[in-house]
Amino acid sequence: MGTELLHNIIIGILSGGVYALMAVGLTLIFGVLDIINIAQGILVVLGAYLSYALSVHLHLGLFTGLLVTVPAMFVIGVVIQWAFIRPLRGRERTSMSLLACYAVAIIIEGALYWAFGPDYVNLTGPSVTSSLHVLGFYLPEIYLYCFGLAVVVVAVLYGLLYRTRFGRSVRATMQDRTAALLVGINVSRVAAVTFGIGVAVTAIGGMAFGATGGGFNPNSGYDLISRLLAVIVLGGLGSIGGALAASVFMLTIESVVDIWQPVWSVAVFYAALVLVLTLRPTGLFGRRAARAQ
Amino acid sequence: MTLARLRYGGLAVLVAAAIAFPLAVTNQEAATLGFDAMIFVAAAAAWNMFSGYSGYISLGHAVFFGSGAYAAGIAARDWQVTGAAIFALLPLSAAVAALIAVPFGLVALRVRRHTFVVVTIAIFFIFQLVASNIAVTNGTSGLNAPFLLWSPVTFDDRFYYVALALAVLAVALSWLIRGSRFGLQLRAIRDDEDRAAGLGVRAMPVKLAALVISGAVTGLAGAVWFFFIGQVYPQSAYDPIFDLTVALMAFLGGLGSVAGPVLGALVLEPAQQYLTQQLNNAYLSEILLGVIFLLVILVLPRGVIPTAGERLTAWRAMRMAPAPAGGAAPSLPAPPATAGEDRPAGPAHAREQSR
Repeated sequence: MGTELLHNIIIGILSGGVYALMAVGLTLIFGVLDIINIAQGILVVLGAYLSYALSVHLHLGLFTGLLVTVPAMFVIGVVIQWAFIRPLRGRERTSMSLLACYAVAIIIEGALYWAFGPDYVNLTGPSVTSSLHVLGFYLPEIYLYCFGLAVVVVAVLYGLLYRTRFGRSVRATMQDRTAALLVGINVSRVAAVTFGIGVAVTAIGGMAFGATGGGFNPNSGYDLISRLLAVIVLGGLGSIGGALAASVFMLTIESVVDIWQPVWSVAVFYAALVLVLTLRPTGLFGRRAARAQ
Repeated sequence: MTLARLRYGGLAVLVAAAIAFPLAVTNQEAATLGFDAMIFVAAAAAWNMFSGYSGYISLGHAVFFGSGAYAAGIAARDWQVTGAAIFALLPLSAAVAALIAVPFGLVALRVRRHTFVVVTIAIFFIFQLVASNIAVTNGTSGLNAPFLLWSPVTFDDRFYYVALALAVLAVALSWLIRGSRFGLQLRAIRDDEDRAAGLGVRAMPVKLAALVISGAVTGLAGAVWFFFIGQVYPQSAYDPIFDLTVALMAFLGGLGSVAGPVLGALVLEPAQQYLTQQLNNAYLSEILLGVIFLLVILVLPRGVIPTAGERLTAWRAMRMAPAPAGGAAPSLPAPPATAGEDRPAGPAHAREQSR
């Protein structure tokens, strides 16, 4: 019992790392552009399918394939932002951007169904099936690698945001778009690149999701985006540290509840969100009350 | 004057066409389509009553839709209601949906904007999961509606009229709300909640009341839909596509206007079904639908009705104030106050601007 608990806590933390990666992209996009990219879920699935296509047709390893999929997803992100998000202006921008992202999502979903069909597929590779013996536990290798990768990427993102000139402009734009414009920051370029980065991490997230989950199909995006939204809201919208903490927190809870109540573990996920927001409407790490309606 | 006459004339034509629809169309598929369209007119109008007027975008209205369906189904099963008497269960469906809206609102309405959207999605998933896993809803096997002993010839038509009545009720209700003090309070909340509160609007009760009314009407739509379809499953009752579809319909037509969601539903539902049928490829039609949405968003970023209203206002302003040469009038900035209006306050604004 005790070991099982510990085991599930470890698995929860490891998958939390993977979710953190996907959630950071979402919360970055929110912070800079003030929109919720509800296409993020299907973009993760797209990333997973790209990895799948590369490994099946070109026999590229999952991790090698990322060298192709990450830049590809970055370009896709920049294009989406440039074509569909950038032109939105005015008071309806928030709601319209939700709609635009949804439209993009159903286009991608339709395309994925068309290309790959509705059957569930799995990412496979040497590291997917083998386990590592750590501290008396047998942990699937892929979880460890993906967690490691997630930690590295999040660290790189942190470095980018807090140690570079570009990062400073991103944070300035997150704080106050108008003021950022006034001090000469090219806000539209920052927005495009941020959206690109936010989408690029879905390539990694998608690979990890496809390799660690129980298979995926084009419909998986809905479940994924709901969880990611729960994570970033719980962490406080726009807070990167909050997204990290909330991912690990939520996934650990889900993994632990899974021991006793496999059916209800997903409900706990959302119930935790509702509960936290009832007590603290800004989320765990939200800095200020949400702006006026 | 002409505008008002145009509006009432259009309304009369629309209602007459809606009533005559089953007489003109004998095709089975078209009759089903008519029913679906009316259900969505009601659901989109109900959604708009809350989300359109208050600005709180709900992506969890399937909670009310599904709960209305389940309430009717469970009551019919447990109380052995059969035949046309099941329609007597409709008030129950509305009441259950309204009752669910209270805790829903008390939790979700504490947060605003994006966070509100996400909380509604979370609550939606909780409901879907609960319905799949408890005994009273019969889990994932779902429930069957009592069999109606209507002949297949009149079945569709009768249901069409029930749905039409519901749609008319929903639209009338949203028209009444929009013109009332309550509606003004809601729109004040949409424009600036803090300021509205400062001016004496008791924001929480007002928002909650709107959600309860909207939820009740959505629950009714869910129950009627369930009687027509004949069965309900957690996946079909609590359907994420429903959440998005009603929002999309309202957006497409024009958020916060009375006619917008009606127009959106009447365009979108047939378009969706037509595409699926014609292309014989559900995936391609899904892609096309997405493309159409993107085009609408880029070309008519505020929905059809408000954009058309604005154009009309600008055009009238141009006619009424042929004044300063150099074409100042055509570049009139859209008066922000009329955003989301289905009836632009034409002359008043025109005069203001031409001064």
